[in-house]
Amino acid sequence: MIKHLVVAVGLLLPMVGAHAEVNKHARSLAASCAACHGTNGKSQGGMPVLAGLDKALFVTQMKDFKSGARPATVMHQHAKGYTDEEFELMGSYFASLKR
Amino acid sequence: MSINRRDFLKLSGAGIAIGAFPGLAFASSEIVKKKGQRVVIVGGGFGGATAAKYIRTWSNNKIEVVLVERNAKFISCPMSNTVLGGTRTIDDLTQSYDTLKKKYGIKLIHGEVTAIDTEKQAVMLANGHLKYDRLIVAPGVDFMFDQIEGLTADVTNESIPHAWKAGAQTVMLRKQLESMPDGGVFALSIPKAPYRCPPGPYERACQVASYLKNSKPKSKVLILDANPDITSKKGLFMAAWKDLYPGMIEYRANAAVSKVDVAGKIAKTEFEDVKADVLNIIPPMKAGVVASMAGVVSADKRWCEVDFLSYESKVHKNVHVIGDAVAAALPKSGHMATSQAKVCAAAIIELMQGKVPDQAPTIVNTCYSMVSDREAMHVANVFRFNAEKQAMVSAEGGGVSAARSEIEGTLAGYWLKNIMDDVLM
Ligand code: HEC
Repeated sequence: MIKHLVVAVGLLLPMVGAHAEVNKHARSLAASCAACHGTNGKSQGGMPVLAGLDKALFVTQMKDFKSGARPATVMHQHAKGYTDEEFELMGSYFASLKR
Repeated sequence: MSINRRDFLKLSGAGIAIGAFPGLAFASSEIVKKKGQRVVIVGGGFGGATAAKYIRTWSNNKIEVVLVERNAKFISCPMSNTVLGGTRTIDDLTQSYDTLKKKYGIKLIHGEVTAIDTEKQAVMLANGHLKYDRLIVAPGVDFMFDQIEGLTADVTNESIPHAWKAGAQTVMLRKQLESMPDGGVFALSIPKAPYRCPPGPYERACQVASYLKNSKPKSKVLILDANPDITSKKGLFMAAWKDLYPGMIEYRANAAVSKVDVAGKIAKTEFEDVKADVLNIIPPMKAGVVASMAGVVSADKRWCEVDFLSYESKVHKNVHVIGDAVAAALPKSGHMATSQAKVCAAAIIELMQGKVPDQAPTIVNTCYSMVSDREAMHVANVFRFNAEKQAMVSAEGGGVSAARSEIEGTLAGYWLKNIMDDVLM
């Protein structure tokens, strides 16, 4: 029982803890988006803020851009260049950042 | 032994590395004493300044960064065509380097590099030298004036500006447009690709036409393109010219300018002599001269070949090259320079700890072009590392706007705000 509990907590809080190791590949993927969305996703105006965006929402948005379900001026073209796995990675990264 | 810069350039042009001159680096004093691990970055444009900020941030300020830049302030080349159109001033594109110094602890040296010793790992300036563990060369482009008879750096500063680096020449070109008579000819010469900012010249034609349409409607814009066709966003530019500036813009393909009559403002191609009221020759380009000093120019004697996992030079260890100077099937743009800079920064931090850098760098590039005072269109692509080809290749799905729009004109302004902030704040 106790063992199960520990596992469950571990699953729920994968990024908690002062020394949570950043996923550098995810950080690197996300860094390229800063030209529009600001350093660490903190847009300085006009473009949506990505910092602190809910991961599930992020991934849904990216998939919708990719499929065309969400119309866009530019994001459909970016989204098509990434895999679903990369959406997950970037989603976790942006969700871990403070707004 | 004394080597002046001109001799040095001749020698390096002949393929002799600067390392062949022992003692050069230590003939002078150390400008800032090197204590811990240090990266020296030469060139504070989009690429160099971004690398500086991200190395500091991502290393938790553990790696010392010295940034060498010749200009007192940063001026954005992207969007500088709008200074010609009149919707922005050069001040709108100018920002100080103060935040990089104060917030990130980057040591900024304003000066000209005179030589680089890759053996002794030192960068020479007029007043001394800087030692490095790793060097980033981010020199942007320099111009191949020898390709156009009659054109020199002085001529471009005095009467026939290229205005292909934003600054005094951009302002001069705008003034020339203002004093041009109605009914005059603005002639624009485009070099063979690759050159900085592929859609830039065609955007410039739009911005100049936008100004002329309102102020001097009988005037003409004549494009002399050395390329066989419009190199970027072709359909969108042709539509913009036809819809927004009917009868005003004339385009000639395969029209390389080989000679200029400076006093007469005449550009000569293989087929004709073109007399202009305002002449704007964008000369062919190569990696900025600092790359030659470092001996890292390898492709076509013009560009620098790198390992795309780290942007380390294929010629010299511990020397990295980013931005326009890189030889690659990647657009030479501001956004691309920042994207490369971040891959390079992350890799250098790993390498300095004896670790392996990210093996799957994936980066994005977007270029907006302003085709009027309000409307813009873009080209966007994701590029990923291909291990088999050892190259960055375009991923699925990139492309251009469906049509120019005012929405994208507004977004282009926000892009500028955010990227300037990402680089400098
Ligand atoms: C050239 C500018 C530009 C770049 C680069 C860019 N974006 Fe966007 N992004 C936009 C714009 C503009 C929108 C609004 C939708 C549209 O018009 O495309 C947007 C919307 C989004 C949204 C939806 C946000 C919301 O709250 O609705 C997400 C998520 C997003 N971008 C993620 C990314 C990621 C991840 C990257 C990097 C891989 C990226 N963007 C790079 C311009 C950009």
